[in-house]
Amino acid sequence: MSKEAPVLEAKGLGIQFGGLKAVNDFTMKIGQSELVGLIGPNGAGKTTVFNLLTGVYQPTEGSYFLNGEKMNGKQSHQVVAAGIARTFQNIRLFKKMTVLENVKIAFNKNMKYSLFSAFFRTPAFWKEEAEIDAKARELLSLFHLEDLADEAAENLPYGKQRKLEIARALATDMKVLLLDEPAAGMNPTETAELLESINLIREKFNISILLIEHDMSLVMNVCERIIVLNYGEILATGTPEEISQNPKVISAYLGD
Amino acid sequence: MPEKMKKNYFINLIGIILVFLVMMGIFDTGILGAKTNYIMGIAIIAMMTVIIVCSLNLLTGYMGEFSLGHAGFMSVGAYSSAAVTMAMINAGITLPTVLYFIIAIIVGGIFSAFVGFIVGIPALRLRGDYLAIVTVAFAEIVRVAFTNFQITGGGKTLSGIPKVSDYHYIYIVMVICVALMYMYVRSRFGRAVIAIREDYIAAAASGINVTYYKVMTFVLSAFFAGVAGAIYSHYLTAIIPTFFNFMKSSEFLTMVILGGSGSLTGSIIGAAVLAALPEALRDFQIYRMLMYSVVLVIIMIFKPSGIFGTWEFSLPRVLNRVFGKNQKKGGAAHE
Repeated sequence: MSKEAPVLEAKGLGIQFGGLKAVNDFTMKIGQSELVGLIGPNGAGKTTVFNLLTGVYQPTEGSYFLNGEKMNGKQSHQVVAAGIARTFQNIRLFKKMTVLENVKIAFNKNMKYSLFSAFFRTPAFWKEEAEIDAKARELLSLFHLEDLADEAAENLPYGKQRKLEIARALATDMKVLLLDEPAAGMNPTETAELLESINLIREKFNISILLIEHDMSLVMNVCERIIVLNYGEILATGTPEEISQNPKVISAYLGD
Repeated sequence: MPEKMKKNYFINLIGIILVFLVMMGIFDTGILGAKTNYIMGIAIIAMMTVIIVCSLNLLTGYMGEFSLGHAGFMSVGAYSSAAVTMAMINAGITLPTVLYFIIAIIVGGIFSAFVGFIVGIPALRLRGDYLAIVTVAFAEIVRVAFTNFQITGGGKTLSGIPKVSDYHYIYIVMVICVALMYMYVRSRFGRAVIAIREDYIAAAASGINVTYYKVMTFVLSAFFAGVAGAIYSHYLTAIIPTFFNFMKSSEFLTMVILGGSGSLTGSIIGAAVLAALPEALRDFQIYRMLMYSVVLVIIMIFKPSGIFGTWEFSLPRVLNRVFGKNQKKGGAAHE
């Protein structure tokens, strides 16, 4: 783990739905451009952690910080504006919109032209739209999606939809990226491509990534550190080697 | 502005002027003889309906939320504009007709937009059926209120509104309104609104302030509905609250869905045809609502996205095709 101040930090984060503590005392730190894996059996609360970190749920206990700034109470779009973006376990693209528009949406928060400009098509409108168009295409070309820019998002094959979702998240210009099972439902070739994309964005954008994944070969390959979650609580933290030897983790996955 | 767009705008402008000239040719020369006024009346109602149906399409087609209370916004625009112009006349202010007309539509639009804002902020926390029910309730409240207020003539007809709506002005206002709505949906605002329709959770996760864009669209939609209301009251000169009832609202929704939600072309055609149809089929008037329902059921079975789906008519594209310029025009320019 890097010695600088953590980019994303959670302190005793927890949420209670009625009598059920879905996540309890979740504490972690993610440093600059670190890649951390979050694993655990089904129902362990991994996605709930993501929902807590992106403002979908408000934590009932504890708090989380982005670059030292307290993020509790912020709504989803404010969290994104601050610099935490995510993808979803079940792909959530804007299906009827084109690939290009999907990415443009994420640029929207930085676009400034006014309603008046939009109505009367002032030079500001054309200038900014052209800029965003170029930026979005550039980002798409990173993921080799530029030829599909005018295709409706729903027509893309599964693996490309995943990539588009990551591209859209990157377009928000974030500091921390949360990937929720990006390799789910992918064949080995697609997983390899995904791995390549993840390495590429790490090099290029210098961001920190928190990754939920069931594909152990992927997790063990790319993650620098792994957090294991079970029944809403952290079971173990450590390097991939430590985790794979940890008896508690093995018993949680395989049963006693 | 890209060269191609300049050319497209120019072609569209020519098209708009041509239609205007055709209308002037029909109505101003009285070529149709005794029937001229009758047909002009139908055209005016149709144009007014085009505005309100397009405004409803902003909500239904682009934002994906139903409003079953658009007649309510229309009545707010109709009554508020009538109250202002009548007060001006009573105060002895004489202005040219066109100024009265402009004041009427602006007042109608702004009042309606304001009401839309007040209603929208709490109501837009709801989605789908729940929001639809709130809009029904809103329209009913407005109707009952107008039936009881002194200033709106109580339950009686409010008459004596200056007749300043003239088809020349109405046509221009209709073109401007539809153009503005088109510009809205083809801008970053429209893109955000469509994203919210597609998946509001993903929209929020992409940095879109969902509530903000929803309220903005709702207010805009209410504004144009109010403009239509002002045109209506200043054309008929006499209005009654019961006209703006639930049936009226659902009629507008029928037009949106029939034409194709998410297509302004569909709304324009749907509104114009369905507004003119009752007059054409006067003899079968009692079957009108019945026919609406049957047509709607048929459309829902065979083409659930409406006649035009999300397709938009483009004059430059048609011209290109007709005159065989054979330019491949990608999806970039939907004009």
